[in-house]
Amino acid sequence: MLIDFFLHLKSSRLPVSINEFLALLRALQEHVIGPSIDDFYILARALLVKDETNFDKFDRAFGEYFKGVEALPGMDALIPEDWLRQAAKKHLTDAERAKLEKLGWDKLMETFRQRLAEQRGRHAGGSKWIGTGGTSPFGHGGTHPEGIRLGGRSENRSAVKVWEKREYRNLDDSVELGTRNIKLALRRLRRFAREGAAEELDLEATIAGTARNAGWLDLRLRPERHNAVKVLLLLDIGGSMDDYVRVCEELFSACRSEFKHLEHYYFHNCVYDYLWRDNRRRHSERTSTVEVMHTYGNDYKLILVGDAAMSPYELVQPNGSLEFNNAEPGALWLRRLTDAWPHAIWLNPEPEHSWQYRQSTSLIHNLLGGRMFPLTLDGLERGMRLLSKA
Amino acid sequence: MRFSGTETYVTTRDLTLAVNAAITLQRPLLIKGEPGTGKTMLAEEVAAALGLPLFQWHIKSTTKAQQGLYEYDAVSRLRDSQLGDAKVADIASYILKGVLWQAFECETPAVVLIDEIDKADIEFPNDLLRELDRMEFFVYETRQNVRARHRPVVFITSNNEKELPDAFLRRCFFHYIKFPDRETMARIVEVHFPGLKPALLREALEVFFELREIPGLKKKPSTSELLDWLKLLLAEDIPPEVLRSKDQKAAIPPLHGALLKNEQDVHLFERLIFMARHNR
Repeated sequence: MLIDFFLHLKSSRLPVSINEFLALLRALQEHVIGPSIDDFYILARALLVKDETNFDKFDRAFGEYFKGVEALPGMDALIPEDWLRQAAKKHLTDAERAKLEKLGWDKLMETFRQRLAEQRGRHAGGSKWIGTGGTSPFGHGGTHPEGIRLGGRSENRSAVKVWEKREYRNLDDSVELGTRNIKLALRRLRRFAREGAAEELDLEATIAGTARNAGWLDLRLRPERHNAVKVLLLLDIGGSMDDYVRVCEELFSACRSEFKHLEHYYFHNCVYDYLWRDNRRRHSERTSTVEVMHTYGNDYKLILVGDAAMSPYELVQPNGSLEFNNAEPGALWLRRLTDAWPHAIWLNPEPEHSWQYRQSTSLIHNLLGGRMFPLTLDGLERGMRLLSKA
Repeated sequence: MRFSGTETYVTTRDLTLAVNAAITLQRPLLIKGEPGTGKTMLAEEVAAALGLPLFQWHIKSTTKAQQGLYEYDAVSRLRDSQLGDAKVADIASYILKGVLWQAFECETPAVVLIDEIDKADIEFPNDLLRELDRMEFFVYETRQNVRARHRPVVFITSNNEKELPDAFLRRCFFHYIKFPDRETMARIVEVHFPGLKPALLREALEVFFELREIPGLKKKPSTSELLDWLKLLLAEDIPPEVLRSKDQKAAIPPLHGALLKNEQDVHLFERLIFMARHNR
């Protein structure tokens, strides 16, 4: 019973467990709810989803399963907000409204899919494309008797399916880092480690232990608490990366105290012979990469931040760099880096699903042995976990 | 035992369902939500509605899981031993019962509130796994196993300051209290201020939700702030027209200090009003 439902949730990447599923069945057996799909939705959510960041995923999965709605290609590739921004709104009379052709469900979905494939820009006031106002069946703020409403507010109450219902979308932790969630990101970067021999007198435990023994002295020692993590941060700078780099720098410098050492250098697109610390003086004050490799030991964790999007030549050809005559290809340098610091990850601000379409990205992905993570809360979490394991 | 809201606490359908499911299946219910949406109130109201005793455990950053079970007052024992008190031989007289122990011992089923669990150390929830799952624990000093007579109804609140471990979450029901919509809000106000002039209420709600819409507020006003504000409005006997008046002088809602708690927010708000006046 409901096994397909459970498997469907699982395949939608919700972290559900068998225990919780059994509890759900028991709740049904005990008649916690009546035979109502709404109640079942609430119950299943309370039992299976333990984090509001997953509510959005659950809503989608639940909808897909119970309404038999086929997964639309557009659900993942979010429709740019911009198209939907309420710019203009036409007020139609009832007579005009009646004139609008009712397309019917199948036709509607079919056409919608087509539009998704074809449309490239923002539209307003028209009657065909996804946009605002107007009389196209797609978009919002407009008037069509049986349309799909995308974002915006329900005004005419005839949208067949309301995507805006995904009201927990903002809580999803796969969105990129911004000021809103920077605090959470910080928390995930904090990893304390107690290691080494016992070396510090634990005064409190000693007093407590002595008292426990009714006065017989009981000395207690504890390992010194310090954070052993040393980080070497290499940031891709220039062009499209600047915004992300700023976020990253803020992020890492904000938790500088959490690391024993935090060093940073810049590079452009790919690491070659030289790195620099100050981007304004990149040509006068640069450090040779080899020297950096010799300076910081292999107990440093290497974190590279970059979009890994470049011409493949920059990676595989000597002299392929845009601004520098490199004697050796970038791939070789990357390999040297990962040899020098075995604990390395690459943080990529581009969305994860687009990596495979860029030759250079998948090349680097392979060079790093798959240790590339998106620059999102979730990605940081996975990356940090991998680094702290080592 | 079924909970269906009380005279002083308005619940939504999904919240009552989650509460009842947690009661029926005897699992803890984890409550999250914006500050001021009534997370802590819930436990008190459920206890009152079902007529059960309530045991509250407020968590601080220094709270240890052990303190909810019992504490061994070693210092007293040490002192007594110096004085040659005969009590010293019996270790049981130095064991102080914690909140959970008291709830486990209770003759009737009880309601336990573990408030703001995210304030504690990151290992805190893990240390309570077995206790909340099996509702029993072992007292090492006296070699005694304490088991709950009736499984208590456990409410846990969190403000999301720390992630809770998966193993802990698996054992809980979860409910996220959403910020109430306009209708629910009107019901909540009706419960707290019966017979509030409908005009005043409507205007006040409008001002309130408009205020929440202002982008960039550090702390959006929440339900409890709205209730405080209404109390003040009633006490000052402010007529509804004043709230809505587009009159230049009165553009700032009266007594807005009850709604905006942050100096920067008040400042931002006043600047917006000022700009709006200029555009007119």
